[in-house]
Amino acid sequence: MTQPKTIIEKIWENHTVLSEPGKPDLLYVDLQMVHEVTSPQAFEGLRISGRKVRRPDLTFATMDHNVPTENRASITDAIAKKQMETLSSNCKEFGIEVADLDSPNNGIVHIIGPELGLTQPGKTIVCGDSHTSTHGAFGALAFGIGTSEVEHALATQTLWQSKPKTMEVRVNGRLAPGVTAKDIILAIIAKYGVDFGTGHVLEYTGEAISGLTMEERMTICNMSIEAGARAGLISPDQVTFDYLEGREKVPSGEAFTQKVKEWQELATDEGAEYDAVVEIDSSEIEPMVTWGTNPSQGVGVKGVVPSPTEANSSVDRKAIEQSLEYMDLEPGTKITDISIQHVFIGSCTNARISDLRAAAKVAEGRKVADGVRAMVVPGSQKVKLQAEKEGLDKIFTEAGFDWRESGCSMCLSMNPDFVPEGERCASTSNRNFEGRQGKGARTHLVSPAMAAAAAVNGKFVDIRNLKEPAFK
Amino acid sequence: MEPIIKHTGNTGVLPRVNVDTDQIIPKQFLKRVERTGFGQFLFFDWRFLANGKDNPDFELNQSQAKDASILISDHNFGCGSSREHAPWALQDYGFRVIIAPSFADIFYNNCFKNGILPIRLDEEQVYKLMENGKDEVYEVTVDLQNQNITDENGFEASFEIDPYWKEMLLKGWDEISLTLQYEDKIDQYEEKMNV
Repeated sequence: MTQPKTIIEKIWENHTVLSEPGKPDLLYVDLQMVHEVTSPQAFEGLRISGRKVRRPDLTFATMDHNVPTENRASITDAIAKKQMETLSSNCKEFGIEVADLDSPNNGIVHIIGPELGLTQPGKTIVCGDSHTSTHGAFGALAFGIGTSEVEHALATQTLWQSKPKTMEVRVNGRLAPGVTAKDIILAIIAKYGVDFGTGHVLEYTGEAISGLTMEERMTICNMSIEAGARAGLISPDQVTFDYLEGREKVPSGEAFTQKVKEWQELATDEGAEYDAVVEIDSSEIEPMVTWGTNPSQGVGVKGVVPSPTEANSSVDRKAIEQSLEYMDLEPGTKITDISIQHVFIGSCTNARISDLRAAAKVAEGRKVADGVRAMVVPGSQKVKLQAEKEGLDKIFTEAGFDWRESGCSMCLSMNPDFVPEGERCASTSNRNFEGRQGKGARTHLVSPAMAAAAAVNGKFVDIRNLKEPAFK
Repeated sequence: MEPIIKHTGNTGVLPRVNVDTDQIIPKQFLKRVERTGFGQFLFFDWRFLANGKDNPDFELNQSQAKDASILISDHNFGCGSSREHAPWALQDYGFRVIIAPSFADIFYNNCFKNGILPIRLDEEQVYKLMENGKDEVYEVTVDLQNQNITDENGFEASFEIDPYWKEMLLKGWDEISLTLQYEDKIDQYEEKMNV
């Protein structure tokens, strides 16, 4: 009987090209995803050194960060346009498949990877974007890299990586109604802090995790980086295989059956040990709202804004003080007394079809409150098409939401969408950093249903108190 | 890449926790297709007032932080995005060394690839450096070969660094050239795994 192993160790061993003492391991990369913002300097580096892309067939590109969500045909931002054109010409020069703005496959990199079936269990996946951890939902080891590493992986299909520590994040029990995957991850980060995962790869386990759909699992893994972990994953199971079957880049027929057999071997073995374990009980988790400027600064919707005097450490106190000043909030303010002027439903965290359905359920038959601007930005053109097929766009527009083209949009406001200085936004994205949604913008992270409920009420409300058809 | 062996320079003190990549270089400046020229946008929202003038309250605009090449900050420095524009901006502005009690992983790795030495030091020692540098010009010497930091008044602290990264910085190596020496191993791997 061999030593029981975690999925993290199994994937690592399967991908180690070279392991020598005193050095990181040389790790093989099965898939690199590329986007317009963090790649131009990498391609330029290749050109300067006269190098090729080693495996264009294991590389896939899309445009998402800069993309306008209105009038995609006429891009007014000249520098953004140049960045997109540069990606197109780089992909052409180096022979890489690109889902450009005209492609039906275009969308946010972490949404289209799974959608196309490029993301598969057991793969090592990298991208010049920290939310690459999203792909971990499939039992892949997926992490964000900088542009130097993008270039390195393009040239060599490998990366030098130190073996990470492993951490189990166990979510016990079943979720209460009205509590979503977004609330699980925000609650975990609120409980253990914004850097508890540093140096580790997280594996999410437990009854609550097994019960999630693939799309919900992606929301969880997506925010691993907000806990400081470069990667977070979930052992693949039948839910994973069912999601993948029939997707464009997934083998079919006998080859698929064979793949599933391989994938089944990947799950963490009974009795495998992690370097660390943290736990949370589903019964502790409520619909979450962040009040501060890092994703750990969140509370249940029934809670209040905390006081710096409640901090456990001087570092924590300093963080709370910095945040309250920027967010212009007083300690003790009820979350449900905070008014918002903007709502953003979108991003690689929460812009898949199930997220839009959840938001639409709340929006249906209601109206966006006076003084609130609300927008829905699907994660990909395919999600957009599906939503339109289901009539979700009508529900949103009738309620007064803007219905847009896909892209990263107001998650980081590199495109024309932003929140004006001093105003508040309920956002389904992943970061509430200072200035993220615009200079001086104040971001509150929530789930899609909570965001839609904030839009129609003009302030945060507990979605569990909404009447049908909001949720069951 | 320019090697770092021993570096003496003025310190810039930024006593804030969780300094994230959106603060280091706000996203509106990420659209360049070059690697250079990002220093002018470093800490943009903190550094400049709405009218474009220097914000007199920002720590690095204080006269004692002028020409600082060693940045001293608090916990979890560089959290957030994987964007390498953050170390590019720091480097272009003139920083060669960053000292903090803790760093975010991706940012920490990105520093080495851009000729910046990130140093993790105990909180107490970091706070001592901050105290010394917050009100006046304060030079320290960072000796990578011997892994220590000293000043003229007897401050001394040693630091840990992965020997691999140490060598890379000391020699100013390009990582890709190093890897391509192992190309046969990569070929063998691809053949064995049938990728």
